[in-house]
Amino acid sequence: MIDFLLNHPVGIVILTFMKALALLVPLLIGVAYLTYAERKVLAAMQLRKGPNVVGPFGLLQPFADALKMIMKETIIPSGSNRLLFLLAPMLTFGLAMLAWAVIPVNDGWAIADINVGILYLFAISSLGVYGIIIAGWASNSKYAFLGAMRSAAQMVSYEVSMGFVLVSVLLCVGSLNLTDVVRAQTTVWFAIPLFPMFIIFFISALAETNRSPFDLPEGESEIVAGFFVEYSSMSFALFFLGEYANMILMSAMTTILFLGGWLAPFGIEPFTWIPGPIWFILKICFCLFVFLWVRATFPRYRYDQLMRLGWKVFLPFSLAWLVLTAGALLAFGWLPDV
Amino acid sequence: MIPTILFYLFAAVLIVSAAMVVSARNPVHSVLFLILAFFNAAALFLIAGAEFLAMILVIVYVGAVAVLFLFVVMMLDVDFAQLRGGFQRYLPVGAAVGVVLFVELAAVLGGWKLAPDTKALRMSPMPDGMTNTEALGRILYTDYVLLFQIAGLVLLVAMIGAIVLTLRDRQTSRHQSIRVQTERTVAETLEMMSVGIGVGVKETGILRPKPPEIKEEAHAPAEHHHGH
Amino acid sequence: MAFLDRTARSMLLMELVSGLGLTLRYFFKPKVTINYPYEKGPISPRFKGEHALRRYPNGEERCIACKLCEAVCPAQAITIEAEPRDDGSRRTTRYDIDMTKCIYCGLCEEACPVDAIVEGPNFEFATETREELLYDKDKLLANGDRWEPELARRLELDAPYR
Repeated sequence: MIDFLLNHPVGIVILTFMKALALLVPLLIGVAYLTYAERKVLAAMQLRKGPNVVGPFGLLQPFADALKMIMKETIIPSGSNRLLFLLAPMLTFGLAMLAWAVIPVNDGWAIADINVGILYLFAISSLGVYGIIIAGWASNSKYAFLGAMRSAAQMVSYEVSMGFVLVSVLLCVGSLNLTDVVRAQTTVWFAIPLFPMFIIFFISALAETNRSPFDLPEGESEIVAGFFVEYSSMSFALFFLGEYANMILMSAMTTILFLGGWLAPFGIEPFTWIPGPIWFILKICFCLFVFLWVRATFPRYRYDQLMRLGWKVFLPFSLAWLVLTAGALLAFGWLPDV
Repeated sequence: MIPTILFYLFAAVLIVSAAMVVSARNPVHSVLFLILAFFNAAALFLIAGAEFLAMILVIVYVGAVAVLFLFVVMMLDVDFAQLRGGFQRYLPVGAAVGVVLFVELAAVLGGWKLAPDTKALRMSPMPDGMTNTEALGRILYTDYVLLFQIAGLVLLVAMIGAIVLTLRDRQTSRHQSIRVQTERTVAETLEMMSVGIGVGVKETGILRPKPPEIKEEAHAPAEHHHGH
Repeated sequence: MAFLDRTARSMLLMELVSGLGLTLRYFFKPKVTINYPYEKGPISPRFKGEHALRRYPNGEERCIACKLCEAVCPAQAITIEAEPRDDGSRRTTRYDIDMTKCIYCGLCEEACPVDAIVEGPNFEFATETREELLYDKDKLLANGDRWEPELARRLELDAPYR
């Protein structure tokens, strides 16, 4: 049986499916509870209690919401481009799921441990904008279109500085493989030597996932709901799930690149008793909490300020820090052996 | 077996979507088909073992260039009736050019012959025990570093040229200086004073922003450009 | 020095960090939410909730069909028809309030010379159908019977200010 799974082509396909299910089912449950956590955290920071009626502490609220979404009617606007209109949410959701193929949860626990893992993640996250643009265009609505335009410009801008941050991490690792990236942090997590890059990466991650304070594509106070104004029912829910899955993905990326992935802090005794995947999940939860915390704290950026931050602050700064990193690595002979 | 099937699948989708790029009526659909074509090309790279190229193709072309294409095309207001207006008039010329090109291509392809030892003659065979990315990096940053830098320089010149050609710094526009705004202290912005009844206040110690001064010589050519 | 200070502050994102610190402090503060269906906030004696028609202690209905409330109602939600009763007193044959029109201004209560129509303390009268919100005389009198002790107490508490 095990031999069949590992060696027969059909067996390998079945095994891959099983691995994907083992990753995606907990991920989707995580997404469901992230919506709950968001409501609870926002409520707590606004001196409210948040959902507490459905189930103990409101723990069944995500399922009640899901059920409500499924029961609703899918409305397709008459002027819309039907195919693209329905394709866009699926694209958003599918891409958010697809990226998880290369995430290592523990040493060697990745569905596809490929050599260009970081590039793959970067490619998939840069594709996320298509779901939004297509949704905005196919809706044939002004608000949706404005949201899509904002999103396109915003995501392209922040990808540039994000790319430089990735390059500076890669310089310290000497490999594009995500498992190698985590292994390189055994002595010290990259968040410490590359602290400014860590901050830039995290802020760019907020912009990439269209989260507050960079949620201009939705901008409900100006353009109603932005790119998903016209969506309802499951197609809306898919956008919602995609957004939250992207948040978890970005947190996982931050964890892997800067917070030492599955490694226990300091690598000393009491911490190393807890297995790696638990550490990985805890770190992701911390990043997600910061996502929500930031949303509760900061007001939305104005659009020109957003562009200024991306191009005039982050881009020069990350470029300078990249040169500095490369120089330091070369000067002190810290370059990794390739 | 599976790679062969996948190759034909991706190649077929690539060719069909490439054909759709030029034949789709809606320009937005054209761009979307172009993106599909890029994807399938990336998949073909992957099958050929060039994973780095595949990822770069997706990041650069799909993730950035095609987004800008889409951005522009969506804003276009294309009048199809006008586009098709001259179709019959230009048909003979277009067809003639097409036929000539086709004959030339057919002649070239008909006489195409691969040397028997092509594979051995390749300039930089893939070394063993090295990842794709590393091998590419070694070639690019050792043997061809000069060409690489020159290419970078050409791109830089193109970028600066584009900025110079399009940047129009209007003297009348007022810019926000965020640094000045955030560094203001209470003492600079707020002054408490007791005002007598019916007296009012003529002057405060606080500096108010002035409208930008428009230079005379900058103003004159601006009217000159009015016709553009 | 001030320049250095400012630069350091902006580079270290001091303002953002202090903002985050503020929200984090609030995160741990006790919450002010009232757990509504189980806990309720206090209501003033003047609270304008669901309408009721009151009776005298002997069971006689107070309303004398003067139609002042109907006349004063700015939303024209009240409809009254009246006829002399068998004993010669003037009474309503119909007293309808369209609760979907009502704006809960309390003018009917103010206009009433005999304290017959009042707005009670009840605000939990949501219904599943629209028709249930078209109150007739029976419903209003039933409301009055149900809430009478509280209605009387509210009038008594509010009397010194009238």
